[in-house]
Parts: sequence; structure tokens; C-alpha cells
Amino acid sequence: MKIQIKNGRLIDPKNGIDAQQDIYIAAGDIVGIGNAPADFHANRVIDATGLVVCPGLVDLSARLREPGFEYMATLESEMRAAAAGGVTSLSCPPDTDPPLDEPGLVEMLKFRAKSMPGPRVYPVGALTWKLKGERITEMAELHEAGCVAFSQADTPILDTLVLMRAMEYAATFGFPVWLRPRDAHLVKDGVAHDGAVAARLGLPPIPVASETVALATIVLLMKATGARVHVCRLSSAEAIAMVRQAKSDGLPISCDINVHHLHLTELDVADFNPNCHLYPPFRSQRDRDAIRAAVADGTIDAICSDHAPVDDDAKELPFQEAEPGATGLELLLPLTLRWAKEQRCGLGQAVDLITRRPAELLGIEAGQLGVGAPADLCLFDPEAWWQVTRKSLHSLGKNSPFLGMELQGQVRYTIIDGHVDFERNHNNA
Amino acid sequence: MSPNIQLNEDGSLRHLLSLDGLPARILTQILDTADGFLSVTEQEVKKVPLLRGKAIFNLFFEPSTRTRTTFEIAAKRLSADVVNLNISASSQSKGETLLDTVANLSAMHADMFIVRHSSAGAAHLIARNVADHIRVMNAGDGRHAHPTQGLLDMFTIRHFKGGFHNLRIAIVGDILHSRVARSQINALTTLGCPELRVVAPKTLLPHDVEGMGVHVHHRLEDGIKDVDVVMMLRLQNERMQGALLPSPQEYFKYWGLTPDKLKLAKPDAIVMHPGPMNRGVEIDSDVADGKQSVILPQVTYGIAVRMAVMSILAGN
Repeated sequence: MKIQIKNGRLIDPKNGIDAQQDIYIAAGDIVGIGNAPADFHANRVIDATGLVVCPGLVDLSARLREPGFEYMATLESEMRAAAAGGVTSLSCPPDTDPPLDEPGLVEMLKFRAKSMPGPRVYPVGALTWKLKGERITEMAELHEAGCVAFSQADTPILDTLVLMRAMEYAATFGFPVWLRPRDAHLVKDGVAHDGAVAARLGLPPIPVASETVALATIVLLMKATGARVHVCRLSSAEAIAMVRQAKSDGLPISCDINVHHLHLTELDVADFNPNCHLYPPFRSQRDRDAIRAAVADGTIDAICSDHAPVDDDAKELPFQEAEPGATGLELLLPLTLRWAKEQRCGLGQAVDLITRRPAELLGIEAGQLGVGAPADLCLFDPEAWWQVTRKSLHSLGKNSPFLGMELQGQVRYTIIDGHVDFERNHNNA
Repeated sequence: MSPNIQLNEDGSLRHLLSLDGLPARILTQILDTADGFLSVTEQEVKKVPLLRGKAIFNLFFEPSTRTRTTFEIAAKRLSADVVNLNISASSQSKGETLLDTVANLSAMHADMFIVRHSSAGAAHLIARNVADHIRVMNAGDGRHAHPTQGLLDMFTIRHFKGGFHNLRIAIVGDILHSRVARSQINALTTLGCPELRVVAPKTLLPHDVEGMGVHVHHRLEDGIKDVDVVMMLRLQNERMQGALLPSPQEYFKYWGLTPDKLKLAKPDAIVMHPGPMNRGVEIDSDVADGKQSVILPQVTYGIAVRMAVMSILAGN
């Protein structure tokens, strides 16, 4: 299949391109930019007038719910949702059932994902057996099976000695460790930011200290072990300041945020909307503003969807009983664009945060459009408005705080490995 | 934020879920209506036919005898048919979801649900999912709200003090876990109480509680100095010893209301408690049974206030 994409606005932060240029694809690779290679005869020409042509999105955290949680969503449905969201590579956390703690499970997941259209899947292996925080996993074997990093997903390790050993063992091989800073005792039964709204609604609170205390432990153990750590889903201004300091101290630390935290605050919880029950919780406006600024200044390395499709039965409950999480794969792009617009950042910077930079954190060659690179692309209309509805979402998870709202920026084509895996025409949005 | 789910489009009361966000006009309407019902409760035939033919379901997802009984009495005095359901013991243990339970009961032609649940926001969830004609009354949801208790406390204060505009009021005890305190605070700030204090150790106060419009005191002696009303809260047994408090003895010594400490309040100050009391933990028996105590009148007024809310909801 040879594809020519013409008249689009090409944005490729890695190669410093933001210009109208055509792009030529053959045999799964990009074979030409600007000028067609000799003897190129396209089987298909896509007219990208008015569209941005950028590297396919790279999502650092998307739950595909297989194995074990097929009643919430399936691999097929969420791979389709990813493609509809312009995502061409994603990593999935190990919080499946059973967790991704054995090479066979990882191989099976990769095999299943490869057998269907949709993004490239990069599993994150469990750091400890069954995520129990007691026994470290066969990280080297898991790496050979395809794990790009190791994490505990949302389940913190209670025993600090096990955490230190796990970081040491990972550091032996240079594997990155992905950790959510979460002190289990300080979170306890908490469900909402420990602030004015939780006080008013009587929701069990989650103090900022649950994040900063755990983060302080991680940073000190990085110094002790030499482990490379990616800190997942920061939520507070204090934690961001700590990461900024650790970076300036020269530690090999990186971090990301959930795209929802760019926009929402504790106030969005005020009518007990279970779709606003996420972990970490939406915090104060001061925290939200610090997150937005830290994304702009580069302290935060990447934005992810933290996609967590949840079935209605697990969401239509009183706030504190509802399963946390929001569907995100199809909102990653428009919510990032909205941040860029409000923060007065360019499209190039927005695209960078959801393509090149997460790809670099994963250590994969995606996230760029150089000649010879795999043809993973996202073509989107930056001006188009669309409404988030149960019907417009491809994910089986309809749990979005943005349900009913209009967002700007809509994916028109998603090309993965040189194939058009998703397309949406203008009239039939 | 969604429009106020508690109000109809014409501004009348549709559901009673929380006192947060209800205008003073509605709180006053309820208190005035309750005044009228107080005489009913004192008649020999304690019944009026206002809700004849209406089916009121007491949905108690959390065990309670006292509160459920007061709602039951109120409904029966209005001639309604009352069905009591202790759901923690039936459907929920069979795996039925909250909304399934409500849908099933709605199919039995309920007109009103009175809901108590251990999770904040449960009554809101039900109110958002019931048919248009069904009314929902919150009888306590987690730590969030207990609006009829808040209203009967307002009724009591107004009865003994004549109003709210010149009062200094202290709420003493476990504010953090108390839905009663939250409803009291919402009502008192709405009704114009000029100085509202909360008194507790830091472990029993939510962070940012000042945002609700209260002054924070940690010492009981400071907190009740010169107040007109002392509202005590119940301390749950499981919170008396552990990481929140060291022992009931120490709590009583520093935050328990004794006759000596009560002397710091105004001489005509009234003492309230939502019940059930822990004598010798949060309150001394001499205070609980003393002449400044209005704890038993509170219970009597509770029936009238609940009748008032039911009749207003049914009429709207």
C-alpha cells in the first residue's frame, strides 16, 4: 500500500518541522517528505487540506482491561478507541487479572494485540509478583517478552525495603521503574482532595502529603539505588516542585500527568459526579495551575490519558463507592489542544507532549516523521468541534467527566504501520 | 455545576438532600410549617389526613432504629402508608445495586423515599434516578448531610432563642465525621447566625473547614465562652481510642461538657445534642439532665419538622 498525504500542515517536533508538506508512505514506512521518491505511484491519496499531519500519539498509560476485566472493556474495543483517538502506540499498566507478572501473559497480550488493527502495544510489567509488594518479578525475562518498564500500577509497595530491592534489581539491567507516588496509609479510604469541597461534602479526604511523602521516599531511594524512575500521574503543586528539584539535582527522573488534571479541580466533584472520581483526585485550582505551568515549562515530561474504561454498574454508585478512573484515549488529543490554546502554547508543543516525548520515555522510535521511520500518523482537524457522548466514544467505557461537553480537535485519520486503521469523514462525525 | 437538584423550576422544594444550597426562604418555610404541626403532636388524636393514600418507603441502608422511628411516626401522623426496609440485611447482600433496589421499589408505586446510607451522595444518586413524581428525603448519607436533624436543631434554637441574628453558637466534637455538623453549619450560615464556632482537636476537624464559614477553636474553654447555644456532637465508640484520640477519659477531660465549663457560656445558654449521648464522654450527666439542656425537646420537635418536610415535598 502506497499512500500520499497532500496539502496537510505537517508538525514533527523531533525534526523541527511545522509547514505544509506532503508525505509519502510505502511498505509501512515513511519514504518521502516534501518530495515524492522516484517512481512513487500512490494507491491512495489523502487530501489533508485543513488538517494537521503529525506523528501518531503515544499514550503512556491505557488500560485495555484484558486479561480479566472483559466486562469493563475488551482489547478489540479499546484498540479501536485508541485508533479513533489518534493513538498509534500505547503502554498498558500491569493491573490486569492476573497481573502482567509472567512472560507468558505478556507474550499472549502482545500476540493478541498484534492480531488486530490498532496501535502498537508496549506492556509495562509488574514490579512485584501479583503486585503484592512482596516478591520481585522476573524482570529480565519479562523484558525479553516485551515489557518496556516495570510498575505497580495503582498499588503501592507497603514494605520500603521491597521497594528499594525492586529498584536496585531493575537498576541492574537499567530498566526504568514507573511509580505512582501514593502512601497507602495516608490515602486509606480517601476519595477526594483534602480541601474545602471534601470538607463540605463529607467525602473521605486524600491529603497532598499522601503524594509528597511517597515521592520523597522514591527520590531518596533513587539516590540510594541509582534506579531510573518515571513518576506517574502527579497531582499537586508540591510534588511538582519536588520533581523539579530532583531534576536540577541531576537525578534520572521523569514524570507525567493525566490529561484530565490539566482542566479539572476539586470543584468538579461538587455534585458527586462519579465520573469525576479519579485517582489521584482533582486537587485545588492552585495545584491545577501549577500542573499547567509545569507542562509548559517542561518539568512534566509527558501527558497521558490514563485511560480507565469502567462499566456503568461500577460507576453508577455513590461517589465513594464508584470505581475510580475515566475513559481517556479519545480525549487525550482534544484536552491537550485545549490546554495549549488556553496556555497560549503552540500546536507544536502540544503535539510534542503526546508524541515525541512519551516515545522517548518508552525508548521506542515512534513519535516522529523522519524518512525511514515507521508510518504511524495522526491526521486531525484542529478546528472541528465535537460533542463527547456515549455514542461518539468508541471505548466501551463511557465514564468521562466531559460527557455532554463540546471539545475542539477531532481525529480524521489514524495510520498505523502504513495502514489506515481509522478514518472519519467530515459529515459523519 | 448542575442546576440545584433539590428545587423545582419554580424554586419550590423537590427533594431534601442537603441544607447546602437551600435558600433561607425554604428553611424558614419548613420551620414555620413545623410550628403548625407541633400542635398536632400535642393533640389527643395525633393525626392529620394530609398524606392519606401516599406510600412512603423508609430505605435504610445503614442500621438505625431511632431515626427510622421518628420518620415513621411523622409519616403516620400525616396518614401516609409507611413501609420500612432494612436493606443492609436483604438486597445489598445479594448483590443488587442501589439503583436496582430503587427501581424495584419505584415499581411498587412509592411516592417518597426516605434514605439513609453510609456513603456521601447516596441520596443525590437516588434523586437523580427516580421518576419525576417521586420525592427523596435524605435521612443521613455518610459524613455528608443529615438535613432533617439540622432543621430540627434550627427549630429548637428558634423556639428557645427567637431567631438567629444575634447568636453566638458553638458546635463541639467530632466535626470531621459528622453529617449532623455539616447540616447545622449550612443551616446556621444560611439563616444568618453571625458567629459560628467549631470546637475540636485537630484530628476531628476537616482541613479547610473555615471555608464553610466557621471559626475554629481547639480548646473547649475558648470555644464556648459567651455563647448562646452549645451544640454537642456524638463521638462514635470506634473513634474514642486509636489514632484520632488516645482515650475517652482524655477526651472527656478536655472536650467533655461539664457544669463548670458550661458556666463559661452565657447564663441562659441552651445545650443541645443529636443523640444518642455518651454520658461521661462528650457530656456530663449533670449537663445532659440539667436545666439548660433542651435535648428532649429536640426529639419532640424532630417529629414536627419531619412532618413539615414530608407535607411540603408531597405538596410540591
